[in-house]
Amino acid sequence: MMSKATDKNNPPSTGGVSRQTFLRAAVGSAGVIYAAGLAYPVYRYVASPVEKAAKESAVTEVTLKDAQKLAPGSALMFKFGSKPSMLIHHNDGTWTALTAVCTHLGCTVHYQEDKKRIHCACHGGVYDPKTGANVSGPPPKPLKRYEVKVTDAAVIVSRSQDRA
Amino acid sequence: MKSILLSFYSWADERLGLEEMVQFAKHKTVPVHSQAFWYYWGGLSLFFFLIQFATGVLLLLYYRPGPDAYDSVRQITYDTNFGWLVRSVHSWAANLMIVAIFVHMFSVFFMKAYRKPREFGWWSGVALLGMAMVFGFSGYLLPMDDLAYFATKVGMEIFSVVPMIGPKLADLVRGGPDVSEYTVHRFFALHVVVLPAVFLPILGFHLWLVQRHGNAVPPSEEAKSEAQRRSESFFPNFMMKDFAMWLVAFNVLSVLAFMFPWDLGPQADPLKPAPLGIHPEWYFMSQFQVLKIFGDLFPGKLGEILGIVVFTAGLLLWFLIPLYDNTQEAGRRAKRATYFGLFTLMALIVTTIWAYLVL
Repeated sequence: MMSKATDKNNPPSTGGVSRQTFLRAAVGSAGVIYAAGLAYPVYRYVASPVEKAAKESAVTEVTLKDAQKLAPGSALMFKFGSKPSMLIHHNDGTWTALTAVCTHLGCTVHYQEDKKRIHCACHGGVYDPKTGANVSGPPPKPLKRYEVKVTDAAVIVSRSQDRA
Repeated sequence: MKSILLSFYSWADERLGLEEMVQFAKHKTVPVHSQAFWYYWGGLSLFFFLIQFATGVLLLLYYRPGPDAYDSVRQITYDTNFGWLVRSVHSWAANLMIVAIFVHMFSVFFMKAYRKPREFGWWSGVALLGMAMVFGFSGYLLPMDDLAYFATKVGMEIFSVVPMIGPKLADLVRGGPDVSEYTVHRFFALHVVVLPAVFLPILGFHLWLVQRHGNAVPPSEEAKSEAQRRSESFFPNFMMKDFAMWLVAFNVLSVLAFMFPWDLGPQADPLKPAPLGIHPEWYFMSQFQVLKIFGDLFPGKLGEILGIVVFTAGLLLWFLIPLYDNTQEAGRRAKRATYFGLFTLMALIVTTIWAYLVL
């Protein structure tokens, strides 16, 4: 059985795999498994904060205690998961909550009560404070809106149903 | 495809002289004899150093020196994916690296590989071991758990025997009269910036010398005629065996790090009593015991100072051995050097075991 040396140029006539090919494949796949076993923990270790942030941003509702006391015509910054967000109490008594991250290049925007607009200082993007619509400047998309529920003790902000 | 690769190779070769390196690697040989097993230990030390470098960089991603050092190590160990494993590998590889360097050093000593023209290889090697131990000492404090705190506190007492400036020096190294967050910051800077910056060039020098002089053979081989000696080519034969040893070392390291994850004790608290049986890492136990022995023999400061003097003198002799045992002949000096090596090895082992027995 083993007496006949297998040769690349002269493969065994049985149609089987030569010992060399078999060994090469075996060592190769062992190497790949080994490398993967090494790379996986390192990848997960490095990606740890990314996973944590993804978990945090999976929240669907944030309760802002005592935010119902927010004066009309002013805004409150808060974090929805890991995302900077903004709660606005308009002068007409209505409320709006939106992400405060500019859709252009990700700067945090601010509410300008006197100009009745949301402004991004980075490149001058302007949004409508009631709807979040991008009004002028470079932003390509509107700011995403949350649903707002005002109670006696808190303001509850949640992901709007239509986007779920 | 092949012709593109070839023309790229010749383009790079013209500019970098790659062919010289290939020729060098082709002609480099490694002696084959009954003691050739010991040739792997330098490579193993290097392997563990590379592991330390890689896992050290990974730990740097989350470690925070200063007041929240302990908390950051707690987060690495318990909150970060596989953080316990990265930390465990770093701690285990640190110890295995010191083991490998010790084995390498003693094999070099008994093969008399420090003789002309390899004196600088010996000196740079002893320097690398010394630095590896300082790496260990400074790294030990960084988690700031109670063992790290008290071990460092005790270790710093070594400065107190330096006459006159000792206490002042210790204060400067600690950043105050006590081990504190300032000490952590200093040791951190030492551990990740200063030591690597000094260690790496010396390591490069050490490895360059090995290329320049090749492997030394033990006197028993030297006695043979040129025709009787055997050797094998470094590339690819010895290199493959070297890598096989690295693979074995990596598997041992992985098993240790998985099965015996490195512990994190409670946070350091100066108001709590030192934990019972506190002792330094094993590679400081010999010095620890020698100091104790002299302390028992000669009460007070005298014992401490004598202990340090004896240890320093021994180290100096060890360092200077190539200047004493400097001929190829198997004369009286060669024999004495071998006895000195055996005595040193025995003394290290006995005092280390002794130190653990009386804990």
